[in-house]
Amino acid sequence: MERNSKLSKKLKEKSVWVRKETLNIHKIAPDTRLASSLSDVEIFVTLYYGKILKFNPKNLQWEERDRFIISKPHGAISLYPILADLGFFDKSELKRVGQEGSLLGGIPDSTVPGFETINGALGHGLGVACGVALGLKNKNSESRVFVLLGDGELNEGAVWEAIMFAGHHKLSNLILIVDNNKISMLNYCKNTIDLTPLQEKLRVFKWKVRIVDGHNIKNLYKSLKVLKEDKSNYPKVLIANTIKGKGVSQLEKDTLCHIRVLKEDEIINAIKKLNEQ
Amino acid sequence: MNNNQLKTMRDAFIEAVYERMREDHSIFFLSADLGAPALDKLRQDFKDRFINVGIAEQNLINVATGLALENYVVYAYAIAPFITMRAYEQIRQNLSISSQIKPLNVNLIGLGAGLSYGLSGPSHHCLEDISIMRLMPNFTVFSPSDWKLAKDFVDYSIKIKMPKYLRFDGKPLPLIYGKIDDLILEKGFYELLKGKKVCLVSTGFMTHRALKVAKELQNVGVIDVFLLKPVDENSLFEALKKYEYIITIEEAFINSGGLDSLISKIFRDRQLNVKLRNLGFNDKHVFEVGDRDYLHKLNGLDEESIIKLIKNL
Repeated sequence: MERNSKLSKKLKEKSVWVRKETLNIHKIAPDTRLASSLSDVEIFVTLYYGKILKFNPKNLQWEERDRFIISKPHGAISLYPILADLGFFDKSELKRVGQEGSLLGGIPDSTVPGFETINGALGHGLGVACGVALGLKNKNSESRVFVLLGDGELNEGAVWEAIMFAGHHKLSNLILIVDNNKISMLNYCKNTIDLTPLQEKLRVFKWKVRIVDGHNIKNLYKSLKVLKEDKSNYPKVLIANTIKGKGVSQLEKDTLCHIRVLKEDEIINAIKKLNEQ
Repeated sequence: MNNNQLKTMRDAFIEAVYERMREDHSIFFLSADLGAPALDKLRQDFKDRFINVGIAEQNLINVATGLALENYVVYAYAIAPFITMRAYEQIRQNLSISSQIKPLNVNLIGLGAGLSYGLSGPSHHCLEDISIMRLMPNFTVFSPSDWKLAKDFVDYSIKIKMPKYLRFDGKPLPLIYGKIDDLILEKGFYELLKGKKVCLVSTGFMTHRALKVAKELQNVGVIDVFLLKPVDENSLFEALKKYEYIITIEEAFINSGGLDSLISKIFRDRQLNVKLRNLGFNDKHVFEVGDRDYLHKLNGLDEESIIKLIKNL
């Protein structure tokens, strides 16, 4: 119990740090998608620092690693500081995001150590993950495939081809996390294509579903742990209810926050507020 | 075996893949609900490594990508216009772009090149695939003219660990390469007939047409280009330069990056002018109803039209 609360505290602190680092990156690379990269901070922190994911920064192709496919990489700027901190690449890279010849760009791809695939164009990650999951099963591997998908991305038809496929083929080693931040570029997802109740849709397609507050570290950790250890013959999905732009008040309030670029003083203020937490 | 025996490229290819799958457990065969006589045995005997993804070409490419990321050799089989155009972005992002970082051995088998499915109308015609697949970086584009060449490509497809597009005719065709034993696949072309003044340069089904035309005339050369990318351009130039007239023939749209562009580029790079004619389909879809020969005739691709063209050179 004490260990758990200690871990929660550590993960909470890491989340604040990641938000600040993400804001710092946005300051030098304003083209980065900030709001999308703030809703999934606790998800990344829990997966990596909570040791849900098996990984080895010194051996990227380690056969026993869990595969993590990020289908919404524009929203994974917040993973840069985590990967640097864990030794996937040098921390100095965080100060050069978007600059000429640097490693890290506005949308991470597999040239960046720690990223398995090329995404960027939305709706591909889950289908690719299905192939990886099949391959791992064929090898009798114990590794899992985690996929992070945005809820807006669920509009893409190819995602549903993959949802049907994973359910039919009982891809029990596949764990999908939906970053349910409820806003795509122009509007609330619900006003564009209403997919509620999402959990029922996924259950009908033969998935095992859990729902969690995607900013509540304790519950997030527990849900991911349960899903990882669940050997039942279903693909699993965690619908993580999140807030787009979480931690930066002017983003949280703005429906059009997806493409919002913060000015330098706004960033300084946002970091100040995070420090006060 | 009779050298003129008709056979489909897909059956010859799949039979050879079947043999490789017996030995090599790292091979998967995926289909978007498309069959073939030779596939019946494969899907029966390799239930764990044959997957019908359903009528879902986008997911076909994505699942193939995932398997290849786990170092499997993957064949993905569907109707040519659908595997290329329905899933073009999947091909671009997950195979073409990805393979520049980590090579993925995914072999896309498009069945029904050109007007193989002539009667099914423009949705099933495939006149774009040569151009659009050639422009994809990191891709090999293979367009065989007979089933022996298709079969011989299996070893190459396993050996070369990059994405490939295999453009197969939908109909059984006679052998061309039955007695040829000096073919070097990597060169990408073969001079089937040596001529003097005129050379027909063709790919896929149209090589059969070119051979028929050449038979009717004296001294007309025929070069079959089966690797539309990459082709050994220097060797191809050496073969072509002795001719005064070159006529490219493809069952595809012309002036849009296909075989015609490839040949033009070879001469352009060497700053040489050549008398070049390009036969194929102009900038219009084909709605007329009729068999393949009829549709070819309407578009000047029948024997008679080509012979007339050569005589008037």
